[in-house]
Amino acid sequence: MVRTSIKITSEKLDLQECYRFVEDDSCGGISAFIGTVRNDTQGKEVTQLDFSTYKLMAIKEMQKIADLALEKFDIKKIAIHHAEGMLQIGEVPVIITTSSKHRKAAFEACEFAIDTLKETVPIWKKEYFSDGEVWVNAHP
Amino acid sequence: MKIQVLFFGITTDFVGSSALELNIADVATVADFKNSLKEKYQQLEKLNSYAIAVNESYATDDLLLKENDVVAIIPPVSGG
Repeated sequence: MVRTSIKITSEKLDLQECYRFVEDDSCGGISAFIGTVRNDTQGKEVTQLDFSTYKLMAIKEMQKIADLALEKFDIKKIAIHHAEGMLQIGEVPVIITTSSKHRKAAFEACEFAIDTLKETVPIWKKEYFSDGEVWVNAHP
Repeated sequence: MKIQVLFFGITTDFVGSSALELNIADVATVADFKNSLKEKYQQLEKLNSYAIAVNESYATDDLLLKENDVVAIIPPVSGG
């Protein structure tokens, strides 16, 4: 049984796909984290975000996170899908879903996965403002 | 020996390229590579920090590089 679904795509992410992947008769709950593009950063209005990736490595790192989540938490399945390319306000750069027998593991695994993704997966976003653009996190 | 170097995020702006081939000493660690990179591209010092990946895995400073390795400069990530 395949227990992980990892994807980086320039197409619109599909919540139904992530949901269906983790669905399982043995599970009493499914947890989902959906990242969305916010319209401001530190009081400045953001117009759009551009996500670039080191795809080969990002896929490997996302797979590691999924495998580690299966090991650490009592979950059945996990999906981690990330978008690349230009995204507008309200669009979805990342979806993580997890399923487990009891809800706590699904919640915890979901939080672990998004927190770790933000630390280790080689994906970068550039924020666009009305008066310029900036790579996020690049400077102190 | 020849290695392939990949740049991502803000470092592509610093270097003006996303991939290039570099000639380095036949015996060189990741730390040696970082030192030579700093000399070549002083703008990298503007970065808070960056990591190095060798053949798509994060590498520590003591790793010995091999001919044709793919070495990537990983500035602070910001996915999610």
